[in-house]
Amino acid sequence: MRSTLRWIALIIAAVVFLVPFFVLVRDGVATGWSTVEEVFTDSDLSFARSLLNSTIVAVLQTVGQIVLCSLAGYGLARIPYRHAPVVLYAIVATLMVPTAVTFVPSFVVVSSLGWLSDFRGLVVPGLFSALNVFLFRQYFLDFPVALEEAGRLDGLSAWGTYWRIVIPNSTGFLAAIAVIDFIGSWNQFLWPLLIAQDSSTWTVQVALSNLLTAQNPQPTLLFAAAAVSLLPIVLLFIIAQRYLVRGVTDMDNSAPLTGPGGPHPIPGGGPGASLPAGGRGEGVV
Amino acid sequence: MTRGATRTFWLFVGPFAAGLLLFTYLPIGWSAYLSLFDARNTVTPTDFTGFDNYRDILTDRAFLDSIGTFTLFAVFIIPTTVVLALVLALLVNQIRFARAFFQSVFFLPFACSYVVASLVWKMSLFSGVDSGVVNTVLGWFGGSPRAWIGTVDPPLYWVVLVTARLWLQLGFYMILLIAALRRIPRYHYEAAAIDGATPWQSFRHVTLPGLRGALIAVLTLNLINAYQAFDEFYNILGDSRGYPPFARPPLVYLYYTSLGSGGQDLGRGSAGAVILALVIALATLLSGRVFRRAR
Repeated sequence: MRSTLRWIALIIAAVVFLVPFFVLVRDGVATGWSTVEEVFTDSDLSFARSLLNSTIVAVLQTVGQIVLCSLAGYGLARIPYRHAPVVLYAIVATLMVPTAVTFVPSFVVVSSLGWLSDFRGLVVPGLFSALNVFLFRQYFLDFPVALEEAGRLDGLSAWGTYWRIVIPNSTGFLAAIAVIDFIGSWNQFLWPLLIAQDSSTWTVQVALSNLLTAQNPQPTLLFAAAAVSLLPIVLLFIIAQRYLVRGVTDMDNSAPLTGPGGPHPIPGGGPGASLPAGGRGEGVV
Repeated sequence: MTRGATRTFWLFVGPFAAGLLLFTYLPIGWSAYLSLFDARNTVTPTDFTGFDNYRDILTDRAFLDSIGTFTLFAVFIIPTTVVLALVLALLVNQIRFARAFFQSVFFLPFACSYVVASLVWKMSLFSGVDSGVVNTVLGWFGGSPRAWIGTVDPPLYWVVLVTARLWLQLGFYMILLIAALRRIPRYHYEAAAIDGATPWQSFRHVTLPGLRGALIAVLTLNLINAYQAFDEFYNILGDSRGYPPFARPPLVYLYYTSLGSGGQDLGRGSAGAVILALVIALATLLSGRVFRRAR
């Protein structure tokens, strides 16, 4: 009896969760291939351009974040520098400042650098994720020291050990962080909305939002465009779900702020938000 | 050795630290500075006005309303998220067959952006027409169709905003809670069973205490995220005529004050950012206190 109820609840919940995806497919893609073609050929949309922009931004941000944050995390975990605790504190402290609240001043900095409607403005400010550094540090603290010592005995410097021993043995963790960073970067909205003022630099989220808030939004075209924008991420999700779950779980285990469970990148978050930001925002999360 | 270590350390940490200084610390400092000036349409103001920006914004009805909007949003979204994420985690964790399938289905919206979700919610699920998905379902049960987004009294648009966010983020929190559930040692349940505990009692005295940390994390993350809500408000409520005068959370307010097409009042926007940062810092500290007490 209990078990029957449980299954009924699960199935109803699953159907409800899938309805939005069903709607996208039914009202967008299933109306015919010509709609999807129109999405790409309509010159007013410059949708193909925005897909390309999003790809460039997400790839650069993911690679950049992984390199910068893993280096910093390794230095903090393994190099015996006297003031390392102070540096760590200065980095973790920025987690307390919600990234999206700093969007006005960050915009000011980026605009005075002349980076508006420029890929540098879209990509660079989001590279410095304190959360990622924290996660990498936790991970490297648990990395087997014996492996690193073997590298040292072979005459490798700390730099050499990092690139030849530590990184090749950390691919699972790197993949977990990379998937989360990529999804977060692809889905972020507020920051590109501020920075990409010229339509040639619109990311796909900004392009969709402009369609949605236009005078007479065309539903079929909108749904087809949204489905196209979602497809790469859903594929990534399906292929890399194992890493994704691991990444989310690692975030929970390491906890800079709240005991067990820390802040996560906000889905759709501002600069510095590493993911899912959230917001979330994402971020973060 | 020490000098070598210092150089090596900065070789690793230096590039990141430089970026953090430029794109996090500098903006915070600059913001505090701008907030003391008349900085309309300029980032290098010369007209020092002291705390005028703070006084203006704290007496601005729209700013106070935005704090009220956030509070209302938090009251709707936080309890529903915590309870539903917990229910999903328990349901998924208890089944043996097809567990991976259900976990994936609930986690899948994590891949979706707030913009795409807003689009589906606005144009299809909660569109005011009779053929909208929710109105159709209402029709099956004899209900009459409603204009969900356009109805201000009662504020039905909250249903649209809250369900969109729930759909997007429940899976993420469910994953966190499932991980926490698996960390509860099995022998705790065995001990409870030997003591003759009912399922409810073992939930109340084993599961809930075991999830305490994770539940606090879900709650805190949720609060911080709700505070920064922007994407779905902007895309669901905004249209070609702009944004309605109600239901503006803090970030939407700041967006239109400091960067919107109206005047760019960066001084006032910065003052708002400083106040919001203080409020969230205070709330985080307080909630930490309260939960530590409650232990």
